[in-house]
Amino acid sequence: MAAVSLNHGLMLAVTLFVIGFVGLLTRRNLIVVLACIEIMLNAAGLAFVVAGARWGRADGQVMFLFVLAMAAAEVAVGLALAIRFRQSLGRLDVDDADGMKG
Amino acid sequence: MTFLFYIAAAVAVVATVLVITRSNLVHALLYLVVSLFAVAVVFYTLGAPFVAALEVIVYAGAIMMLFVFAVMLLNVSADSPLRVPRRAWIGPLLLIAVLFAELVYGIGLSNHALPAREVGPKQVSEALFGPYVLGVELASMLLLAALIGARHVASQPESPGREDVPGSGEQTGGQAGVDAGGQAGVGGEA
Repeated sequence: MAAVSLNHGLMLAVTLFVIGFVGLLTRRNLIVVLACIEIMLNAAGLAFVVAGARWGRADGQVMFLFVLAMAAAEVAVGLALAIRFRQSLGRLDVDDADGMKG
Repeated sequence: MTFLFYIAAAVAVVATVLVITRSNLVHALLYLVVSLFAVAVVFYTLGAPFVAALEVIVYAGAIMMLFVFAVMLLNVSADSPLRVPRRAWIGPLLLIAVLFAELVYGIGLSNHALPAREVGPKQVSEALFGPYVLGVELASMLLLAALIGARHVASQPESPGREDVPGSGEQTGGQAGVDAGGQAGVGGEA
């Protein structure tokens, strides 16, 4: 269906992953941090699908489904933590959560 | 179909950059939806229509709806604006640029054209419920654990002795009101 080359697909995945990683390192809002983790998981799934398309097999898409389920589980727990974070600290700045002096 | 891939890839990259640079949280989340749609188009052009549909339904539909609901529940707009000081970008950007260059160099060494073959829902389903059926069961357990965990973490803490503490009466009353409202909402839905 396409004559896209493998490395262009993987470069798109790497680019999205890197953008998400920059956001994860710089942004301090907990919701944005969770969104950046979603970007990175999505990029990892994209890499799986591109690799699966390279061999014409369904395994890459199956792995994407597992990544999808894991992302859904992660975001559910993460947003529940964000709600507790907001209730106990009053803001959503991850720098406020320094109770363990890390 | 090739040009569709490159257009969608450009849209995805631009939208994702906007996600991490916007200072308005809702704008960032809406740009993330755009980015996920663009990645869905990329999946379609790669011959994976099933995951393209799932990307729209689960990622852009369900997960982003969770984000938007969390933003509404938390009333984030009352917070200080989400600006990041400009010099906070320098260190991560420099380090990530090195990593990005290495990855692009490593990927650029190989050059295979993707076969023009579509892997449809039937093949995916056969793989999913054939050799990967154990993974499906584990994914269901993971989702159940996440459901219970999220319910436990987000619920109001049980504090039996709190009424005795002077000065916390209004707070407890407010929380009880929120609880009753939440339960009424759930009951109404059911």
